[in-house]
Amino acid sequence: MTDSSEGHNPAGTGPADAMQTGTDAPPSAAANLFDLRTIIALLFLVYGLVLLIMGLVSTDAADLAKTGGSNINLDMGIGMLVVSLLFGLWVVLRPLKPPTAEQLAEAASDDRPPGH
Amino acid sequence: MTSILAQANADVRLDASAVDYLLVAFYFLLVLGIGYMARRSVSSSLDFLLSGRSMPAWVTGLAFISANLGALELIGMMANGAQYGIATVHYYWIGAIPAMVFLGLVMMPFYYGSKARSVPEFLAKRFNRTTQRIQGVIFAVASILIAGVNLFALGLIIEALLGWPLTVAIPVAALVVLAYTTLGGLSAAIYNEVLQFFVILALLIPLTLVGLNRVGGWNGLVEKVTAGPGGAEQLSSWPGTELTEIANPVLSVIGIVFGLGFVLSFGYWTTNFAEVQRALSAKSMSAARRTPIIGAFPKALIPLVVVIPGMIAAVLLPQIQAVKAAGGSVNGITYNDSLTLLMKDLLPNGILGVAIAGLLAAFMAGMAANISSFNTVFTYDLWQDWIRPGKSDRYYLQVGRWVTVIGCVLAIGTAFIASGSQNLMDYIQALFSFFNAPLFAIFILGLFWKRMTGTAAWIGLLSGTVAAVAVDLLVRFDVLQLSNQAGSFVGASAAFIVGVGVAALVSLSGQPKPEAELTGLVWSLTPRSSRTHTAEGDDAGWYRSPQLLAVLVLILVVVLYIIFL
Repeated sequence: MTDSSEGHNPAGTGPADAMQTGTDAPPSAAANLFDLRTIIALLFLVYGLVLLIMGLVSTDAADLAKTGGSNINLDMGIGMLVVSLLFGLWVVLRPLKPPTAEQLAEAASDDRPPGH
Repeated sequence: MTSILAQANADVRLDASAVDYLLVAFYFLLVLGIGYMARRSVSSSLDFLLSGRSMPAWVTGLAFISANLGALELIGMMANGAQYGIATVHYYWIGAIPAMVFLGLVMMPFYYGSKARSVPEFLAKRFNRTTQRIQGVIFAVASILIAGVNLFALGLIIEALLGWPLTVAIPVAALVVLAYTTLGGLSAAIYNEVLQFFVILALLIPLTLVGLNRVGGWNGLVEKVTAGPGGAEQLSSWPGTELTEIANPVLSVIGIVFGLGFVLSFGYWTTNFAEVQRALSAKSMSAARRTPIIGAFPKALIPLVVVIPGMIAAVLLPQIQAVKAAGGSVNGITYNDSLTLLMKDLLPNGILGVAIAGLLAAFMAGMAANISSFNTVFTYDLWQDWIRPGKSDRYYLQVGRWVTVIGCVLAIGTAFIASGSQNLMDYIQALFSFFNAPLFAIFILGLFWKRMTGTAAWIGLLSGTVAAVAVDLLVRFDVLQLSNQAGSFVGASAAFIVGVGVAALVSLSGQPKPEAELTGLVWSLTPRSSRTHTAEGDDAGWYRSPQLLAVLVLILVVVLYIIFL
């Protein structure tokens, strides 16, 4: 809730606050944890593995009747693993850069509200 | 109504297994994990700003489109696909893309440049406080009504999944959303929306593939639709006479282009705060302008995996075939059930769990966007700027919290209003004709005509809304012989014309604002330099040009229209 209110709270959580808390804080590990690409890769890794296994071991005649003969769990499982791999590669090849001091200063002096 | 639905839908029940529930649970774990990490890492507005700043524009673009890709969009558009066939693509290709491009290229410089935090606040700058307040109230009401539609949609899903009656499912669903918005907060919204986008695709793609497999590929679908009650007409997008219910093809095309393509869609995409809010949070003017245009690419392709499954439902599923043959509800089953019935009949366990997660994700995307933008406008534009000004920050923070709770409670009430509607999309289009078309009318007039006054704005806004409601009542009581669908096109057009006309007349008899106060708010008074943006650093590179991306997405739409002519 605290977060949600910040977004549209015009005073107090604005630039002045940012200036106090921000500039000398270390580039936080949270920023890296927060790489969304990692989360997408993780989601599709787990989904892909589960579907792959389902497709290999538990596809019966009833399932094939539903899909009209294709093993959709297997196909989607492989597809999702590929997507997961691509996002993983992207994270490795282009890691999230921690913000520079310049960017921090710019963020602090920016008079745009932190609105969503 | 609800009890009939509850009984009839017993055979809509999905046979979810333990693995399916596990996959759904894992998705929720990630969503709540994102919320938790956001809470932990965002302790100041700087953290908040930075997490936004580290995001490339394509992610903002996906969040932009995901906020629109709610459950009602999925269920409603699939229902439309089943009912009207290919013509449903108009909602995407003419009904969204041009408006999104217009938002990015023409309007974003004014929104972003004015530093307004909400659409009503922009109106306060351009016009006056009265306009801000009236629009704030209208937007708050509209958000709650639309949140109710989303809630009803989730209620349908829970009913299908667990077999709970809607009277239980809807309040429980509201609690789930409340928990999610409370834990995740607005700062986590953008991450969750992007995640939702991918999970929703993981629902739609297998559904389309399996569906096509079952009907014998594209050719099999064409054959079956041609033989069906809709006939071959449902395989072509133009002139869409069935969609508009205007028998004359030329007038039907005009109806689609003006009613849907101009008034309804420009009204929705360019002034709906739930959408604009995403672009306003971008890191630079260039990124803000690219946000809706990047979102337009997936928006152009999504009908391929929404409308086509809808058409498959209408030829493959006996229940929907019966609905189509009867031209309405049969045993409580309506077109709205197409998506859940397809999932039940086509998806084996495993992928079914992914699909359920996708559907729940779609629901959260829609309702969270409604509730969070309602919260912003209510707390900021209504409470702080009007009803209780000058209190401490903590006070407004408390207000914001309570408004979220109250918003969810009110949405339960409006969910039951939505449950009375035959086709959710008709209902939502009627709401848009009430709320968005009049706003767009005064917006566009105010942007291009410096003579327009503040008084003209709110009078135009109200008379436009009255015109749309009047048309809706005339259709409802059969004075005008139109379907709901066509009625909302006509209503939106009436709202726009009345809004512009009244605002113009009132303006001529009043005193306009001094030109100095309108710089950056009116096109002709804004120097070209402040309408453009820098192209340095992260904004450099020809592929980051908003204009180039706009041209590419328009070409994509033309190509798609040629394929599905």
